[in-house]
Amino acid sequence: MLRFLTRKLAYGLAILVGINLLTFVLFFKVNTPDDMARMQLGGKRVTPDAIEKWKAERGYDRPLFFNEQEQGIAKLSNTLFMDSSLRMFAFDFGRADSGRDIASEIVRRAGPSLALALPTFVVGLGVSIVLALGLAFFRATYLDFWGTVLCVVFMSISSLFFIVMGQFMFSRVLQLMPVSGFAPGMDAWRFLVLPIAVGILSRLGGEVRFNRTLFMEEIGKDYVRTARSKGLSESRVLLVHVLRNALIPILSASVAVIPLLFMGSLITESFFAIPGLGSYLIEAIAGQDFAIVRAMVFMGSFLYILGLILTDISYTLADPRIRLQ
Amino acid sequence: MQPVFLITDIFVYAILLFVLWYIWHVRSDRNLRANWRLAMKRPVAMVSSMVLGFFLLVAFTDSIHYRKVLPSAPGQAIQYSSEANSVLDEILQPLATARERSYSEPLSAVAFRKETFERDGVSVRDYPRLRFGGKHLDQPELQLSADIYQRTAVALGWASCIVLGVLMLGLLLARYGSRQSLAIVASKFLHGQTEWPWRSMAITFTLMTLAICWVAFLSQGYHVFGTDRTGNSVLVFAMKSVRTALVIGGLTTLVVLPLALLLGVMAGYLRGWVDEVIQYVYTLLASIPDVLLIAASVLLLQVFIDKNQGIFETSLERADARLFFLCLILGITSFTGLCRLVRGETLKLRELEYIQSARAFGVSTPRVLWRHIIPNLMHLVLINTVMQFSSFVLAEAVLSYVGVGVDPKTASFGVMINTARAELAATPLVWWTLTTAFGFMFLIVLSANLLADAIRDAFDPRTRLRSASSATAPTQEVAA
Repeated sequence: MLRFLTRKLAYGLAILVGINLLTFVLFFKVNTPDDMARMQLGGKRVTPDAIEKWKAERGYDRPLFFNEQEQGIAKLSNTLFMDSSLRMFAFDFGRADSGRDIASEIVRRAGPSLALALPTFVVGLGVSIVLALGLAFFRATYLDFWGTVLCVVFMSISSLFFIVMGQFMFSRVLQLMPVSGFAPGMDAWRFLVLPIAVGILSRLGGEVRFNRTLFMEEIGKDYVRTARSKGLSESRVLLVHVLRNALIPILSASVAVIPLLFMGSLITESFFAIPGLGSYLIEAIAGQDFAIVRAMVFMGSFLYILGLILTDISYTLADPRIRLQ
Repeated sequence: MQPVFLITDIFVYAILLFVLWYIWHVRSDRNLRANWRLAMKRPVAMVSSMVLGFFLLVAFTDSIHYRKVLPSAPGQAIQYSSEANSVLDEILQPLATARERSYSEPLSAVAFRKETFERDGVSVRDYPRLRFGGKHLDQPELQLSADIYQRTAVALGWASCIVLGVLMLGLLLARYGSRQSLAIVASKFLHGQTEWPWRSMAITFTLMTLAICWVAFLSQGYHVFGTDRTGNSVLVFAMKSVRTALVIGGLTTLVVLPLALLLGVMAGYLRGWVDEVIQYVYTLLASIPDVLLIAASVLLLQVFIDKNQGIFETSLERADARLFFLCLILGITSFTGLCRLVRGETLKLRELEYIQSARAFGVSTPRVLWRHIIPNLMHLVLINTVMQFSSFVLAEAVLSYVGVGVDPKTASFGVMINTARAELAATPLVWWTLTTAFGFMFLIVLSANLLADAIRDAFDPRTRLRSASSATAPTQEVAA
């Protein structure tokens, strides 16, 4: 187990190094600091002096990989790559181009993001499993057929539609809850109910259909026939035998997503003006703040790799047949 | 006229040629033909491909671009317009030029908001008349509904003539083709007992003809889907958006396919360090959240375009280049899933006896891949392609909302939704822009999804077995 884990961790680290190099090349080599400065300061009539000043303020005027002017180890350490890319491994993201500290901003915004993403994920998973189980129970009937059709219809509706209609119906016509915004502490639920419902609804179609396929696959297996021939009732077969076995792939797939919940959801957050990481990113993109985008790319891939490793572990725990290679 | 070939135009033609080649290929391959027959005999598949076909036609007419000759004095060199037009632009010309001042409701003769203007020398505050919508009416408040009903009746009359004509022609052809009496052919058709789902196709054709005729006839006097804030027809914008949506769906698929197939097959078949490298690359790409990678790339592209204004002659070309790169980036971020699938399947295939024996006979690696591995992967590729198509169309809207989608000047559903969003806060409500955008998008994505389902059921060996027994039994009942 330990060897397996170290192998996985080493691979994850290798991926992170790759990400780091890739983003560095993209943001400093393809798109030079001069371009960034011009973009930030606006327009074409920017004086070279202003660009130099902007770069110096942010330390972007140093060489990329190798500093000739320094002595000893500083030749390597006092470079852009060291300063802006490598130290991300210590989760030190430095300052945004606008001047604020990125790491503390991320910590501050992770809370609202999680308050939105976690309930959406948990409730959504529960609802989709229950509905899929229902469809599997009524399989090969009109209920199942039209339920599946409804899933396809839901999948075909843009998630933007659910947001727009939700805001319109509940906040404007019925005036049940605020259109958007956020409040710290317990008051937050009033702002969160609608986005959570919208988030669940917009993903429901695909998830129910996917889980239904998993259930149907399980139902066709031999042990289910054995359980039936033993005289168990259909509901007992489904709820005890099929559900437990089908939960293995469903939950293992979910494990991969859990770390990414920290990243928040871009669209929902910005539509409902929730000050989470998703809207942070949108603001960064709109303001073309490359430092934030870089930091978020690193965070995102770090969490993704964490999810991959967790998935591997959960697979080996759930299914002993999978050997630890 | 001087033809203009935008980058995406060339790819639209390429896709079209590819589809034609594929149809020819299917006709000559017995297994493929059987699978496609299985898929297309389902009414849902036929109906959705008819709807998609209509949108494809719209997109295609919007992909033939040219620059018009400007009127010039005799003896002068021929001057071309600086704007590139498409055939669709030409068709929609009367509507596109019939601009209003601002918002107007669908099928309305007066503006949406009250204004102060002079009437008979007196300054009044009222809804001003539109420039185009209902300008043929003297007293819109009295004549409007009668006029709309009358036009609707004419449109429906024309539509039913067309439908009846086509139906009669079809029945006659079927009668002489099958050498059965007309009564038998007609009764089979009405009861849906034909080999192909002709009845469902006829119903779809009728509905589509009715809708198109109605819109066409009413568009001669009104803005059927209203106008937006700048007074442009929403219908025109939506029609122009169809191409963007389909290009995003189709072109991105075109990027994904070769990339995923080549890398996946190589990784699965060659194993060793090639496998390691390819796995590393796609895990790397998959680990960056999609939106982030797209956002980063589009930001870089924006910088590039701003730096090199000179490359593009017209603003249309600039917007088109951005659309092209968006497809490219979207393809690069989303090929990983298919690549992983292809690799896994190749790993399984390479251990099978027929591959082993091919190798034992000394067949070269490229030939084994091309003749034996890739044809056996095609069902996976096809299923994945059609399933991804609609997700790309949906993704465009979201990306355009984030601000990293298509050029804001390009007509697209994302841009449409984005600009219409603010209108929901206004009272009274401006509902038609959003409704039209969502409606069009829903129609495209739904028919693509349904078609994808039918294709998957026909091509996936696992579901094909199951569909014979239980899972899709009701489908056949409904069809029968």
